[in-house]
Amino acid sequence: MDAFLLQLLNGLDKGGAYALIALGLTLGFGTLGVVNFAHGALFMLGAFIAVLVNRLLRLETVTIDPDQLTPWGTPAEIHTPLVQAWLGDFGAVLLQYSVPLSLLVAVPIMLLFGVAMERGLIRFFYRRPHADQILVTFGLAIVLQEVIKHYFGANPIPVSAPPALSGSANVGEWLGLGPGVYYPWWRLVYLSFSIVMVGLVIAFLQFTTWGMVVRAGMQDRQTVGFLGINIQRRFTIVFGIAAMVAGMAGAMYTPIVPPDYHLGMDFLVLSFVVVVVGGMGSVAGAVLAGFLLGVLQSFASMNEVKDLLPGIDQVVIYLVAVVILLVRPRGLMGQRGIMED
Amino acid sequence: MDNAVLHIADVNKSFGGLHALSDIDLQVMEGTTHAIIGPNGAGKSTLLNICIGRLAPDSGAVVFNGEVITGKQPYEINQLGVARVFQTPEIFPDLTLLQNVMIPAFARRDGAFRLNGWQMASHQAEIMGQAEHWLEDVGLIGLRNRFAASLSRGDKRRLELAMGLVQHPRLLLLDEPTAGMSRHDTNATIDLLKKIKARGMTKVIIEHDMHVVFSLADRITVLAQGMIIADGRPDEVRGNPVVQEAYLGGTNP
Amino acid sequence: MQMTTLRQEVLFMAIFTAAVLTMPFWLEPLGASYPDLLQKFAIYGIFAIGFNILFGLTGYLSFGHAAFLGMGSYAAVWSFKLLTMNVIPAVIFAVVLSGIFAAAIGYVSLRRSGIYFSILTLAFAQMSYNLAYSVFTPITNGETGLQLSLRDPRILDRTLDEAAGIPFPEFFGTEMNGYAGFYFCAVLLIICFFISMRIFHSPFGMTLRAIKSNQSRMGYTGFNTRPYTLAAFVISGMYAGLAGALLAVTDPLAGAERMQWTASGEVVLMTILGGAGTLVGPVIGAGVIKYFENIFSAYHEARLHEIFSFMPEPLQNFFVTITAPFVGEGWFLTLGLIFMLIVTFLPGGLMEGARRLGGLVVRRKSQQEPDKLATAGVGAQDHG
Repeated sequence: MDAFLLQLLNGLDKGGAYALIALGLTLGFGTLGVVNFAHGALFMLGAFIAVLVNRLLRLETVTIDPDQLTPWGTPAEIHTPLVQAWLGDFGAVLLQYSVPLSLLVAVPIMLLFGVAMERGLIRFFYRRPHADQILVTFGLAIVLQEVIKHYFGANPIPVSAPPALSGSANVGEWLGLGPGVYYPWWRLVYLSFSIVMVGLVIAFLQFTTWGMVVRAGMQDRQTVGFLGINIQRRFTIVFGIAAMVAGMAGAMYTPIVPPDYHLGMDFLVLSFVVVVVGGMGSVAGAVLAGFLLGVLQSFASMNEVKDLLPGIDQVVIYLVAVVILLVRPRGLMGQRGIMED
Repeated sequence: MDNAVLHIADVNKSFGGLHALSDIDLQVMEGTTHAIIGPNGAGKSTLLNICIGRLAPDSGAVVFNGEVITGKQPYEINQLGVARVFQTPEIFPDLTLLQNVMIPAFARRDGAFRLNGWQMASHQAEIMGQAEHWLEDVGLIGLRNRFAASLSRGDKRRLELAMGLVQHPRLLLLDEPTAGMSRHDTNATIDLLKKIKARGMTKVIIEHDMHVVFSLADRITVLAQGMIIADGRPDEVRGNPVVQEAYLGGTNP
Repeated sequence: MQMTTLRQEVLFMAIFTAAVLTMPFWLEPLGASYPDLLQKFAIYGIFAIGFNILFGLTGYLSFGHAAFLGMGSYAAVWSFKLLTMNVIPAVIFAVVLSGIFAAAIGYVSLRRSGIYFSILTLAFAQMSYNLAYSVFTPITNGETGLQLSLRDPRILDRTLDEAAGIPFPEFFGTEMNGYAGFYFCAVLLIICFFISMRIFHSPFGMTLRAIKSNQSRMGYTGFNTRPYTLAAFVISGMYAGLAGALLAVTDPLAGAERMQWTASGEVVLMTILGGAGTLVGPVIGAGVIKYFENIFSAYHEARLHEIFSFMPEPLQNFFVTITAPFVGEGWFLTLGLIFMLIVTFLPGGLMEGARRLGGLVVRRKSQQEPDKLATAGVGAQDHG
């Protein structure tokens, strides 16, 4: 039972990441009808914004203190992070909370990046075949990851969670399962974060007038256009929001897996599978499928399951995708007729 | 002549709550030209779509040449000898006109699948000859090496016609073959269709242009709101008050 | 895309054959005439030709062809290990196995079209890759990759001298390294090209193009399209398997990274760059990419300083700084950019570019000699 619960939690936080990426993918698809192979790269960009913020916060001043001597008898060099030098203790706290802080940076940057990407590249591909869209965004993904590789190197860069949240939560005790069931705090944070983000996006689309117009436009773009609403501009903004969500998801993910430049590609393939399983263009489907597949993958990697079906942990997600595509091509919650043939 | 090539037996089809076709029962006799007319939305195209396997009827069956063809794949139905000329041109825009017509000719000669990957297409003199023959008959032979995408709408219709005719089907379904054509081209098409009638090809034709209908049809069925309201020889149908009312009361033909 | 006559085909084939076989000479001035690179030209040329039979003719964009490439490599290395170092059984074994593999994957994937097909093939390739790394380690040797060893049984070669160390793949006595390896690959490239040309000009090829152009119409025209697309898929899978086998022939080891989807992306890129749906385009695309990969990755800052040395110092430094990210390690960045530019501005690839240039020249000439336009126009479209 304990193991079961742990696997469930393990799956949920990974599922949260899948859901957030797939959410953006499916939004881009539902609004603009664009298949964006660079979406994983946006996740990766977000992760590296966290890395960058962390590095900036750690910029140091070096003072030489003649009173303190090193063991070699030279005056000691004292390294002080700039923020700490300027802001004192508050600066030290800022330094610890670099990952959540990076969200503040990631939001505007990623939003702008998404809008710029749509205006600068994607919009020229509306009338082109899906194959061309796949290809050009695939090219963009390569470019983005190579740029990151150029500046940050090829190795994974660890980023630590705030110390207050870096331990493990005694989940077992809370739930009355007895001692011994521990779960990292940060993963719990990530899980809550992804649920909140998903909730916010869905609420935004569901309950604001702005969002309702967007949804109407997804259903019938022309009619909304006739009403004198600039639906294209809203779709552009939705694309920006999708990029922003992916970037935030990436930034928050850094303490869980140290990011490297091909993080995006790893997640992209999986999140495409998630979108397909959930149903192209369906926001709720993407979220549901994201969590579902995360949990499924987590259970498949339990030793008991692996003994029974060797290798299942490696392929379970793809297998599900294959079965879904063959049996129910529109996915779990997709609408009939969207790219179905 | 008494032999029914196509029997549409008690076919029903509805989309949501709309009854597109109710209890349609219709026989098309061997060698005749059978026109189906009716106001817009009468269910004519739906009927053709059921005949070629694009849509499945809710109930009833389509029998072609003594064989039930409902439930068969479109390619199987075509291989049995039913070809269709589409209302909105369904051509191969990236191929040349000649290739557009050669493709259906290959389907007739080689069946639904043949791994014919070795011989050159340009060495298939017989197929190429047929294709050129029909391109000439529809008046497009001068454009044989143009890409089909570059054609005007009227020319696309004529290409469609050649693609249907080159298969020598036992039954040819024509969905408004002259829509979008000039008067001159329409008359040329009528002449062409009369010519192939002499060769004994059975045709079902949907048409709004009464000039075309009365020039060609041996028998006319009138559909309105998914029901057959009249069926008979052209002169019978022409004098039928029910038909006149359906047309005058409904949308203009 | 006109109909070609037999004479044109013979002529075309003769030119292609001559061009491929004399590659070591005419690539000399470009600094690309060493065997390793020449072998790559031929091998990836085969890979891209095969991919083009699927993507160029039917329009089905597979993102999983690397699986067949990897399959071919593994099959060939196993043939070396178990049977003989002769390359013929290895090549046959690889082509047959990858054909079967492609038939299985294609049978399932081709039930869907468009982007769903791409994702299905991608999913299958990722599964193969993941499995090659994990459960199938006894067959694939996991991360280390499959290699030859002295203890291999090699049933058919038993009589040979065993003290000579690990043997190299050979073709009835000729070791397949250096130029011999290149010529072996080159001959296969020519054969593959010939087959592809026949397919392009056959009724089968025309049918595949028609499927790309309007698949639903094909059904109403009497074609069962699925066996056609499956045949194209299997053929292109076999080409990929052959390319994989040749990679193992010229360097007898096989690793799972050959199955990764970036490798699938690479062949897509080559085909698009050269011109999908054209005959020679993919070969040119493969050559260009492998050539520039080779050149660009060999560059480094010192070399750049040399190149820009004719400039005054500050300008030189500036140019070195802005070009440095694109060479050496940064080759993939250049590749990604080229790819985006090609897809955006020249979807027909280099072949279309050449045709457009040709068209420009013809038009300019025709203003002086109007009657020549017709003949030249037909010629320019000929090998589309």
